[in-house]
Amino acid sequence: MTATKDIQQAFKERLDYDELMNCMRCGFCLPSCPTYGQTNQYEAASPRGRIALMKGVVDGLIEPDEAVEKQLNLCLGCRACEPVCPSGVKYGHLLEEARDIIQQKKRHKWPVKALRHMVFEQLFPHKERLKNVHSLLAFYQRSGLQKAVQKTNILNVLPGNLAQMEKTLPPVLTKKEMKKRPFLFEAEGTRERTVAFFTGCLMDTMFMETNNATIALLQKAGCKVVIPEVQTCCGALHAHGGEKDQAKKLAKQNIMAFESIQADDIVLNAGGCGALLVEYDHLLKEEPEWKERAAAFSAKVKDFSEILLQQQFVEKQKLSLPSQIITYQDSCHLRNVMKTSSAPRKLIQAINGTVFNEMENADHCCGSAGIYNLTEQEMSMQILDYKMEKVKEAHAHTIVTANPGCLIQMKLGVVREGVEESVRAVHLADLLLEAVESK
Amino acid sequence: MLNERTKAKLIEVVGSANFQDSSEARLVYSYDATPNFQSLPDAVIMPENKDQVKRILTICNEDHVPIVPRGSGTNLSAGTCPTQGGIVLTFNRMNKILEIDEENLTATVQPGVITLDLVNAVEAKGLFYPPDPSSMKISTIGGNINECSGGLRGLKYGVTKDYVLGLEVVLANGDCIKTGGKLAKDVAGYDLTNLFVGSEGTLGVVTEAILKLIPIPETKQTLLALFEDMDAAAKTVSAIIANKIIPATLEFLDQPTCEVVEDFAQVGLPTDVNAVLLIEQDGPPEVVTRDIEMISRICSEGNAVSVKVAASQAEAEALSTARRSALSALARMKPTTILEDATVPRSKISEMVKAINEIAVKYNVKICTFGHAGDGNLHPTCLTDARDEEELHRVEQAFEAIFHKAIELGGTITGEHGVGEMKAPYLALKMGGEGVAAMKAIKYALDPQGIMNPGKIFAKDTRKRVVVRS
Repeated sequence: MTATKDIQQAFKERLDYDELMNCMRCGFCLPSCPTYGQTNQYEAASPRGRIALMKGVVDGLIEPDEAVEKQLNLCLGCRACEPVCPSGVKYGHLLEEARDIIQQKKRHKWPVKALRHMVFEQLFPHKERLKNVHSLLAFYQRSGLQKAVQKTNILNVLPGNLAQMEKTLPPVLTKKEMKKRPFLFEAEGTRERTVAFFTGCLMDTMFMETNNATIALLQKAGCKVVIPEVQTCCGALHAHGGEKDQAKKLAKQNIMAFESIQADDIVLNAGGCGALLVEYDHLLKEEPEWKERAAAFSAKVKDFSEILLQQQFVEKQKLSLPSQIITYQDSCHLRNVMKTSSAPRKLIQAINGTVFNEMENADHCCGSAGIYNLTEQEMSMQILDYKMEKVKEAHAHTIVTANPGCLIQMKLGVVREGVEESVRAVHLADLLLEAVESK
Repeated sequence: MLNERTKAKLIEVVGSANFQDSSEARLVYSYDATPNFQSLPDAVIMPENKDQVKRILTICNEDHVPIVPRGSGTNLSAGTCPTQGGIVLTFNRMNKILEIDEENLTATVQPGVITLDLVNAVEAKGLFYPPDPSSMKISTIGGNINECSGGLRGLKYGVTKDYVLGLEVVLANGDCIKTGGKLAKDVAGYDLTNLFVGSEGTLGVVTEAILKLIPIPETKQTLLALFEDMDAAAKTVSAIIANKIIPATLEFLDQPTCEVVEDFAQVGLPTDVNAVLLIEQDGPPEVVTRDIEMISRICSEGNAVSVKVAASQAEAEALSTARRSALSALARMKPTTILEDATVPRSKISEMVKAINEIAVKYNVKICTFGHAGDGNLHPTCLTDARDEEELHRVEQAFEAIFHKAIELGGTITGEHGVGEMKAPYLALKMGGEGVAAMKAIKYALDPQGIMNPGKIFAKDTRKRVVVRS
């Protein structure tokens, strides 16, 4: 069978036809879709269009050719279309399945294959290896090499935005510093809750300080924080990148790791990871022996901002910062899948001395979307530039995010605009700890 | 498929980026929001100005290529489904608000402007554009004009045609004409403006429109009245109008509709009563207060079990936004949702609602009803599954019975959605043979080659009934 026929057959077998039928094409999703907006309202780049394409393949009206694949790839997977869909179509699940089929059936050229193998199988599932990469990065930054390299402009030969991205890297901790962190943190004051902390990959390497800040905040809010040692990558990059089997493997590993700890909640500070964690039950729906365990796990997953609010963090702590205008960029998955959008805003608004300015379309994706900003660079940057216009209109000095991908993207936006002197991008946890400490 | 020569000429006009004929592009412009209609066009074209539209139509007229003008494809009568192939011509590259004239109270716009964008722009200046189709966040003004869209405010303010003062239209032969203008009075010859509004793209392509604006109402209040008995609710609608009150909005939702809408929107719509009236009045504060009080009293006298005025603007807004989602929310219940648009004189609402329920029982189909009760415009919506052919047949029969009943009560087959292809077989019910012939004569005079959105409005003689066709 040719790859095309193969894909078509798999679409027929695996895509949920009821879900495809549930889309009644009202178009209510169109205004929420960033790629529809950025393509001058091209229907194929909209959720309604993409569902029609998937259904078109299943119905045999079209072949799953490169154009179809391109439109499915162009989707950010931000899922902004789901909360606005009156019919309740589970678009994200359809997309995930379709991408998985295409990836599995496709014969990649070797460089792509090698890159995917490295990212999905060799790197992210192995935290130790990630840490090694980061200790290299730490060496690069601290040895003076970074400064020397930047002076030579040699990085400009790198494709796309990699040169600019290099500038956005936060100063990372050394491997030794990373190893120092304990696994158990007692609550400050009376312990009211025990939470298990999901550390994540990027969050626990490149943004480890943010993780430490999050833990400190949780302690201040009266939580005992436990870090299950054997946890691994959440699998979101895999699930969204068409590597579902690997994602399932990682999910099971995490479920086992967290089952060993009798925590009230599973807490994290990365919306992208959280969105997959709360859908582990869906991911493992076809595995009867895991379904229940996954559902129990998913039911406990919460963003740290929700826990802080619930624990009356703002009443317990006095928060203040020097005068500045703050705006908030939603993490799509935190908002659209974990359904957390007001908690971060309430926390920011509790910081004395600052002004919160909501930017227009804060709920629209920033264009980061996993590895989208590498794979679909042109669209990603187009979306980012639009986003930075909105930041400018809000006169913000500080852009707060709640997910590592968004944080890197917004930092890149600041560099692209050349406004490093006056604007910064920061994770909500870091901002809050700063607000506590500066009192 | 288009022949290579035609294709080359069209690309010369708009450039290759604005002409698409990949299988992907053809598929995603093969449908609108009408269930069970899908048909691939040969290509999609996205002109940027009037001049390009003129050249496109000239080419299509010469080469006999059908043209389907399309906004955002939200219409519900298969009006923009390219059932005869040809080219889908989209409005979205022509999306500028050209002028808001505060002295003449007009707005001049290109057809691709999103309705809500226009509403926001004029409201920022203290002005008001009343037509508000449920799809206003998505739909374009061009699409609204082609279909003569209605909306929730139709009772007091009318529909799109009541706000179009003038048009620039490119005819099938490439000629461009201007009708009407920024005039309050204009009786020069035939009223071509009104002819083109609601002509569903069968007479020409609208490239510019002058719209009437009015001062924005000072205040607004929203009221929710709940009824155990559907008939009581329907009678209350008639009673309100009979008491000489014209609310801005007077919406009716039955129990299943409330249930699914609440499931989606979570705004506190009751799900345990059989009928809900959502009523809104706007205008000067003293008038609004007086009317709302009187409406409350009429509802109570009409056996409402609860009458509640929304406490805040936000609460009121949430309720009407929720109502706008009713159709799509109903799609949660069954895979296929077929919505109809039967309209009767206001005084016949209660009779029509009763008839719809009887018809549903008779044909053993599930019909939820909501709609603009105040203007007699009901949306009986059938929840079905397109894969069940036997049931679909009964659905068709039920709708046919509903249309006959509407006509019998002095009503019409469509209040605001247009005829399109979906209701073409029923046009003669409303117009009679001579009426249809007169309409066809106009169509033929302006579009002798029949390239403008063929297959719409007029049914083919061979097929009388095509409610559903894949």
